[in-house]
Amino acid sequence: MDDNRRRFLKIAGLSILGMGIKPAADALASAEPKMIPSPEALVGKRWAMVVNMKKLREGGTEVMDRLSLACHSTHNVPDMGNPKSDVKWLWQEPYEHAFPGTESEILHKHHEGWASGLKVLVLCNHCDNPPCVRVCPTKATWKRPDGIVMMDYHRCIGCRYCMAACPYGARSLNWQDPRPFIKTELNREYPTRTRGVVEKCTFCFERLAKGLKPACVDAAKNKELVFGDMEDPKSEVRELLKTNFFIRRKPELGTSPQVYYIL
Amino acid sequence: MYNAGKIIIGIVIFVILATFPIWYNHGKAVTLPQLELPKDEKQCVEATDFMKSSHMKMLDEWRDSVVRDGNRVYVNGAGKQYLMSLQVTCMKCHTSREKFCDRCHNYLNVSPGCWDCHIAPDYKVAERSK
Repeated sequence: MDDNRRRFLKIAGLSILGMGIKPAADALASAEPKMIPSPEALVGKRWAMVVNMKKLREGGTEVMDRLSLACHSTHNVPDMGNPKSDVKWLWQEPYEHAFPGTESEILHKHHEGWASGLKVLVLCNHCDNPPCVRVCPTKATWKRPDGIVMMDYHRCIGCRYCMAACPYGARSLNWQDPRPFIKTELNREYPTRTRGVVEKCTFCFERLAKGLKPACVDAAKNKELVFGDMEDPKSEVRELLKTNFFIRRKPELGTSPQVYYIL
Repeated sequence: MYNAGKIIIGIVIFVILATFPIWYNHGKAVTLPQLELPKDEKQCVEATDFMKSSHMKMLDEWRDSVVRDGNRVYVNGAGKQYLMSLQVTCMKCHTSREKFCDRCHNYLNVSPGCWDCHIAPDYKVAERSK
């Protein structure tokens, strides 16, 4: 009897082991297609940008125009020629519009005179707490783990909730087919957009995947724009912010913008 | 039966009209679309049969992987790697939307929205209405 039980358990155990062999072998010899990140991609925990207005002021609006052009020609951004239907990725706002907040009243007093009418280079702030993401009904916009507020144009239904939610005016709807309005040389490696989708700066996620910095940062030869990882204490952006006085756009709204301005 | 003559004539006319497509096209072979295949590349990302039947599903998966997950490299069953990009990878071999995509899509009367945004290799800048 004992002998039988012992033999039964042995066979049962072996059978269970045997059942495990096929899945294990399958997993080892798997020829299933896989999707993996590109090996040369830049990896960061929290991407952020520093706009050095000290340097941009020296260059004047021509430098800012050049940086915008670098962005727009990379991403086939149209020039609608009409402020009501403008498509904006990287553009200029007067100082008073860029920093209207009550949080920095003293700052405004300090900056009175030289700052009034100053053109400031602005873009999507890739907020840590992005209001546009909260309101999007289709999850066409969302925050990536590395902090980039991404757009999925395939999913956008053009409802413009995000445009109403964004306090920085960083999102634009394509009211009409943008292709006829692309004035720059067409970049055939990047798509255009179509009528009825909202678009904005994406911190050049497609360039980061190739190991390149954003197009505007690459065009800023004099380091007017600096891009880097906020979570890395040794990064260039962190070093700059350690030694310079900086402000952000409308911080009192609690969106935690990740574009920092050195005035 | 009242008005039998009119009714029967009506029925005959109806049957002729309703079956018109069937007997009109009877015996005619529809020409299948002739696709222009890449000349210097023999093997697509996956087997031809799979591409024929499932390229639309695959492109959807590629799209979600690249845009949503940030995974841009596709490793096929044979272990070969491809960049997942309609404009850069697919259309590098299939150099014409008109001679490849459209011929089949028109034949099957489907109109996918890919080219609303993605730029086809044969898209001419001059086509932009201005």
